[in-house]
Amino acid sequence: MSSGNMNLTLKIWRQKNASTAGKLITYQVADISPDMSFLEMIDVLNEQLIQKGEEPVAFDHDCREGICGMCSLYINGRPHGPKYGITTCQLHMRSFNHGDTIIIEPWRAKAFPVVKDLVVDRSAFDRIIAKGGFISVNTGSAKDANNIPIPKQNADEAFEAAACIGCGACVAACANGSAMLFVSAKVSQLTLLPQGKPERKERVLNMVGQMDAEGFGNCSNTGACEAECPKGISIENIARMNREFLVASLTKKEPKNSGGGAM
Amino acid sequence: MSVLDSKIPEGPLDQKWTTYRSTVPLVNPANKRNLEIVVVGSGLAGSSAAATLAEMGYKVKVFCFQDSPRRAHSIAAQGGVNAAKNYQNDGDSIFRLFYDTIKGGDYRAREANVHRLSEVSGNIIDQCVAQGVPLAREYGGLLSNRSFGGTQVQRTFYAAGQTGQQLLLGAYSALQRQIGLGNVQMFARHEMLELVTIDGVARGIIARNLITGELEKHFGHAVLLCTGGYGNVFFLSTNAMGSNVTAAWKANKKGAFFANPCYTQIHPTCIPVSGDHQSKLTLMSESLRNDGRIWVPKKKEDAEELRSGKKKPSDIAEDDRDYYLERRYPAFGNLVPRDVASRAAKERCDAGFGVNATGQAVFLDFQFNMKEKYGRAEATKKGISNPTDAQLKALGKDVVKEKYGNLFDMYKQITGVDPYEEPMQIYPAVHYTMGGLWVDYNLMTTIPGLYALGEANFSDHGANRLGASALMQGLADGYFVIPYTIGAYLSTEVSRMSAEKGKSDSIDKLKTQHPAFDAALQNTQAQIHKLLSIKGTKSVDYFHKKLGKVMWDKCGMARNAEGLKVAIKEIQAIRDEFWKEVRVTGEANELNLELEKAGRVADFLELGELMCMDALQRNESCGGHFREEYQTEEGEAQRDDAHFSFVAAWENKGNGQFELHKENLEFKAIKVAQRSYK
Repeated sequence: MSSGNMNLTLKIWRQKNASTAGKLITYQVADISPDMSFLEMIDVLNEQLIQKGEEPVAFDHDCREGICGMCSLYINGRPHGPKYGITTCQLHMRSFNHGDTIIIEPWRAKAFPVVKDLVVDRSAFDRIIAKGGFISVNTGSAKDANNIPIPKQNADEAFEAAACIGCGACVAACANGSAMLFVSAKVSQLTLLPQGKPERKERVLNMVGQMDAEGFGNCSNTGACEAECPKGISIENIARMNREFLVASLTKKEPKNSGGGAM
Repeated sequence: MSVLDSKIPEGPLDQKWTTYRSTVPLVNPANKRNLEIVVVGSGLAGSSAAATLAEMGYKVKVFCFQDSPRRAHSIAAQGGVNAAKNYQNDGDSIFRLFYDTIKGGDYRAREANVHRLSEVSGNIIDQCVAQGVPLAREYGGLLSNRSFGGTQVQRTFYAAGQTGQQLLLGAYSALQRQIGLGNVQMFARHEMLELVTIDGVARGIIARNLITGELEKHFGHAVLLCTGGYGNVFFLSTNAMGSNVTAAWKANKKGAFFANPCYTQIHPTCIPVSGDHQSKLTLMSESLRNDGRIWVPKKKEDAEELRSGKKKPSDIAEDDRDYYLERRYPAFGNLVPRDVASRAAKERCDAGFGVNATGQAVFLDFQFNMKEKYGRAEATKKGISNPTDAQLKALGKDVVKEKYGNLFDMYKQITGVDPYEEPMQIYPAVHYTMGGLWVDYNLMTTIPGLYALGEANFSDHGANRLGASALMQGLADGYFVIPYTIGAYLSTEVSRMSAEKGKSDSIDKLKTQHPAFDAALQNTQAQIHKLLSIKGTKSVDYFHKKLGKVMWDKCGMARNAEGLKVAIKEIQAIRDEFWKEVRVTGEANELNLELEKAGRVADFLELGELMCMDALQRNESCGGHFREEYQTEEGEAQRDDAHFSFVAAWENKGNGQFELHKENLEFKAIKVAQRSYK
């Protein structure tokens, strides 16, 4: 942990676009304050590059407070960097030391193709949600919110699963590029709540079907996803989804719904 | 100067919306399928509107600049969402929520809109729970509530410190369902760069595909701007990095009036600025003021020693602490509205009592309630009769952790200080903008067919928004207001379409082939070309930071006429320099983040000047607009109802010229009074 300002060597993945090969390029940054966030450190580098007339490094980011899920850097071989339970934008330079070399890459997964430099395409996640990550209730048809009491424990567990920010670190961390943690978090949230029960079978079958179609890999229970998840989503969700999937597969009566779920 | 027609329905205030809904023209299902609606922005307002309109049968296109609609900045809202459910049996009602909101807005909001907002607030909670949004619950299984500033009831629903996230994911899931069903076409990583109007009517947009750089033409029978606020004009704010005014500003240039641009909300509890490298500021939720007590030392010597690091907060004796909000506002204490709390913090820091190295911070301290409120209650529950100080703290810490755990973690992550042990340091920061595009009761702007929802419009929060009301308004507009009010307009479109059916050059046949689309596209192309061809010496951020400093110093928490006049000149100079000296790297036909930023900053450089003009014409203080010349002897905001009880709506005449139009505000259900939280 550093207290004074730092000079750092950065090795950053540069790739012009999806159809061009990329490579690691080395840059130097000086006088980095330990109070800076990691992304602010890249801002400093980009300002330098612009001054030299070079193209700045493209990376995804938006809220810079750990909730939008847009930032997505693979830092020294780990999604969101060396600390647990935070996103890249929450990582501060006090976690590094003067003289460090830092390797910065995009998420690596078949289902997340690189768009440019450190930016990847995660739209596969949206397509999975569109297949069943919802409760089919049209606006205006809801009953009073307190009509159905929900045990606090279930509500809390559903909330913990719902805390997923859809950043994709679980996929990036997984040797197989599996999206099981992401999908199971949504399946769990909706299965744990009484409102989600009517569609539970179609939901899990459709979402898993889409997950496979997107080219995500299989789960081999190594737990890397849980360890790297910035929101601490538990792999218990994967176990729950496997149960849901099994029950749904064995008991389904109708052919698989290929649309966006029941109306 | 014209009088704006806000189209408020006749009848008693509490009957207006009911009557309106029963009498507004409808569009039959067959016609809905022929009507296309463009929705720009996918936050609470955009996602909820798009999902609901698609459920109703309209053909909807949604645009967002992020890689997924789920990233919109509504996601970062922490504290909660208000609703007049009165589940706590503490005397809440639709009228009380309405009253609190009007008073909180310092009597500068439109009565009819705010009452409607209060009426539908309960439906929002019902809808979200039905969608599976896991709001906080009590052990009995019913929903939990907490308090927010400016109210004396508990009407705020929440999901830990992530309420915005959970509500947005609810709306996002409804939107994704409609995408899956083929009723919504989603355009992520697309940015609206121009509004297309034909004969003064909104007909579509020009959007840039941010991956390929291609400019696309999209037709719509109506266009909904759900594009959020413009707080990033200050460079440093709690907004996301990409939040911008471009869509609203392009609309202003095409004829949509911009209302009350000077009404900016400075949130009292944000993590203070730590250095020049800072790219954004982080909010610490207002909900923390339920249990955190705000203080500075009573003695200047203590403040100086805190600043130089010679003393720690725990070295300051209880009697030497000034809990200035509790002292000045005994009735509301630490839960005064945001504008009041922010100014009080500035007053103490300006007087030399600030507590960090920069002198721009006050303490938000949880020790007292951790031990005395929660620790003691837990000890009683557990039957510990004489708990030690350490026991009280340990017991209370668990409760505080459950309530605010993620916020405490976030604070520690950013500052390196553990707030369970040391008080937080906080200072006000730009957070929300009450101003926005002027809309009538239908949420339509002054351009027919163009609507503004959520933070992008101006209508519900007056000069100051109460906590937990932004989420309420975004979802009210999207789920429950626009689905009705858009019918009033689209039913006329149905008549027009049937009248023009045989014409070969009708708008509906030509759609994006209409020459207006090509003209708009060429304008956009020209601006992009210009930005890339300047090839100056200074980065976009250089100009953005420079603008932000002028805005914060002269149009921030306190303003005066002299400063505002200087600011206008300074902004003009920065703008001139920008168009001569900016360096935008890269090309037009690729993912180019610098180009995106440059376009947004170019618009902020025009908006900033208008904000100063608006602040300068409003010779009074109200809510977030504090003109130093107009204050009471006790330093409170002094309104001038005789002269300024109006909405200032600015028409863009081009070349930096604006004309002011006024909508007079009438208060029939509420007695207008000097706002007091004492």
